[in-house]
Amino acid sequence: MREIPVEKVAETVARLCQEANSDLGEDVLAALRSALLENARIAREESVPICQDCGIAVVFLEIGQDVHFVGGNLYEAVRAGVADGYALGYLRKSVVRQPFSARVNTGDNAPPVIYTDIVPGDRAKIIVMVKGGGAENMSRLAMLTPSQGREGVVESVVRAVDEAGSNPCPPVIVGVGIGGTADAAMVLAKKVLLRKVGEPHADPEVASLEAELLDKINAIGIGPSGLGGRMTALAVHVEVFPTHIASLPVAVNLQCHAARHREAVL
Amino acid sequence: MKETGAPIRITSPLDDRVVKSLRAGDQVRITGVLYTARDAAHKRLVDGLKKGESPPFDLTGQTIYYVGPTPARPGRVIGSAGPTTSGRMDSYTPLLLAHGVKGMIGKGQRSESVKEAIGKYKAIYFAAVGGAGALISRSIKKSEVIAYADLGAEAIHRLEVEEFPAIVINDTEGGDLYEEGKAKYRRGG
Repeated sequence: MREIPVEKVAETVARLCQEANSDLGEDVLAALRSALLENARIAREESVPICQDCGIAVVFLEIGQDVHFVGGNLYEAVRAGVADGYALGYLRKSVVRQPFSARVNTGDNAPPVIYTDIVPGDRAKIIVMVKGGGAENMSRLAMLTPSQGREGVVESVVRAVDEAGSNPCPPVIVGVGIGGTADAAMVLAKKVLLRKVGEPHADPEVASLEAELLDKINAIGIGPSGLGGRMTALAVHVEVFPTHIASLPVAVNLQCHAARHREAVL
Repeated sequence: MKETGAPIRITSPLDDRVVKSLRAGDQVRITGVLYTARDAAHKRLVDGLKKGESPPFDLTGQTIYYVGPTPARPGRVIGSAGPTTSGRMDSYTPLLLAHGVKGMIGKGQRSESVKEAIGKYKAIYFAAVGGAGALISRSIKKSEVIAYADLGAEAIHRLEVEEFPAIVINDTEGGDLYEEGKAKYRRGG
């Protein structure tokens, strides 16, 4: 058993929130050009957020089964880390409570959305993804019938990107989750956005689906900023999970070109 | 879609003659005053107008920028300040145009009713580059909250801008750069 004080979790989350918002990953940078590159440069040099939408924090915890968190409540520590990170980093607080009525801002960008996986080992990995509303709003879930197969999957993913048009700040990264249940497919579609941009799936059949989707999406013509062009998506990442004999869930989660996430291992 | 030429320099508040002369695809640099408003501020503005209250600033000829900036670090004018998705403002827009608003800056396609209102009231819709909020903030020289301070990032700010970069999406003659751009690059069925 290895002990990790929860205050260490809070400190780490606070740092990741700030870094993710002003320091774009190298893989994303390689795929962008012109104004967007200039924007990323200014953001990094001057510690200004890349985008004014600093997102809702989605925190993925991969916790080794031999870890014991000590000194307090783990989820409270993650929440405190988000609040500290958004205050210290001069980041925009974009979270409102009671979504269907008064929508009063929580003031500290908390609470985050937290996903926890238990893995072998005695380490804890923390991944902070800051997810903007414009791209998240273009998410889609289709519960296809098994007979619709690969063709149905391609049709629903391409349609989702086409209908999103210029809204999600293209060029986008397209996360696709296929299988499981409705909720599981949505989580797959989000998590797969964390994969290194453009790295194909290990399974050749899934990789070939990714390549087909990328080609068809880039044939739509939306282009960077939606002004017309051949690059509507930088990459399509697909993840799959076994599903029920009656089901073929297909979830799409779009990520704007400011694909911001950071991770740390404690 | 026009090929990119030298940007057209315009001032805001907008002059009717200038608005009518702009065409989808024109690159512009805006100098003057912009007012920020996004979801919550639009709701409050329009609720007030419907009750016959006067708006917190004179809407005539003004340009509304759909943005909720990040907080300014000490010594800075503003934080990151790029456009948000305009479509969420569509249900409020025709009434604001009827009350004299002439320009809008955001990102993303507008509804048919907004496009009709743009033609009817002779207004103009610009896009700024989404996700380039750090770069755009450099053209903002002054920022002050003039209404709805309780809304935080969603409060109405009066911005003074110089050479603010934007591109015309929807013009008074029905031009639509998103449609034209997509059609030009679409391949296959």
